[in-house]
Amino acid sequence: MTIAVLQFPGSNCDQDAFHLFASGLRLPTRYVWHKETSLGDADLVVVPGGFSYGDYLRCGAIARFAPVMGAVQAFAASGGLVLGICNGFQILCEAGLLPGALIRNASLEYRCQDCALRVEASTATFNPAALGAVVRLPIGHGEGNYRIDEAGLARLEAGGQILLRYLDNPNGALGDIAGVRNAAGNVFGMMPHPDRAFERFHWSQDGLAVGRAVLATRFPELALKSA
Amino acid sequence: MKVHVFVTPKKNVLDPQGAAVSHALESLGLRGLKGTRVGKLIELELEAADTPELRAELDRLCRDLLSNPVIEDYRYEVASR
Repeated sequence: MTIAVLQFPGSNCDQDAFHLFASGLRLPTRYVWHKETSLGDADLVVVPGGFSYGDYLRCGAIARFAPVMGAVQAFAASGGLVLGICNGFQILCEAGLLPGALIRNASLEYRCQDCALRVEASTATFNPAALGAVVRLPIGHGEGNYRIDEAGLARLEAGGQILLRYLDNPNGALGDIAGVRNAAGNVFGMMPHPDRAFERFHWSQDGLAVGRAVLATRFPELALKSA
Repeated sequence: MKVHVFVTPKKNVLDPQGAAVSHALESLGLRGLKGTRVGKLIELELEAADTPELRAELDRLCRDLLSNPVIEDYRYEVASR
């Protein structure tokens, strides 16, 4: 199994994401530069946090047209696993791989804090039975206020596409939504950072279980380890 | 020619910046303020003729890049000089 962590100019959580999968979950992990047009033998593509292309215009708006994103679109269309974290979530929304959009926090403040998140029963591997009722992950963002139209929200709710909800909403997100998946169940996005919650010196290690829950979508043997 | 693209938050989408600016305007004494929306002006300078083809291309670029149709509306003005 190979994990591919994308790198855009302005990505700054690429090493965190790399470290989560390489050291935390002990899986073969490599970087893929934004100018690449192939993902090689990737089994999971991670779109990391940061400020891709300076977040100019809108967060993720320019990254979405990077050469590597063509390969990500094709990879996702063929059922490949994709996980977007923070800026990566914003990029996947801009790219149309996930529904909705992320706007400025209602407080207008950049929020950098620990968050308790309610785990929703979303998939066979991403649910409270696998992860516990609540996971604790940090956030760090100025634009994490999730928005979608009423019909879109109804589809998310009906389809079980909501992954995580804030117990104490830090950014004004509609429905306290912190993370969603696509309808097909192979593209995941979340504002909170599993890549900042796995070391012993981190205040939570829930990032490991969240990473496994995503991977277990295609590699069920990984789910056992999180028990 | 110059093209001015105006990008604004959709009417039914929360605009935190607009709300903050509203508060500031009121604190500066503006009365009767019903609301404030903050958007963007994007100024393009290009050598091209104003044709239906150009406008179709502008629409495509506004939809794909300059605005996000989930949260924003756009309109543009073409001014030849």
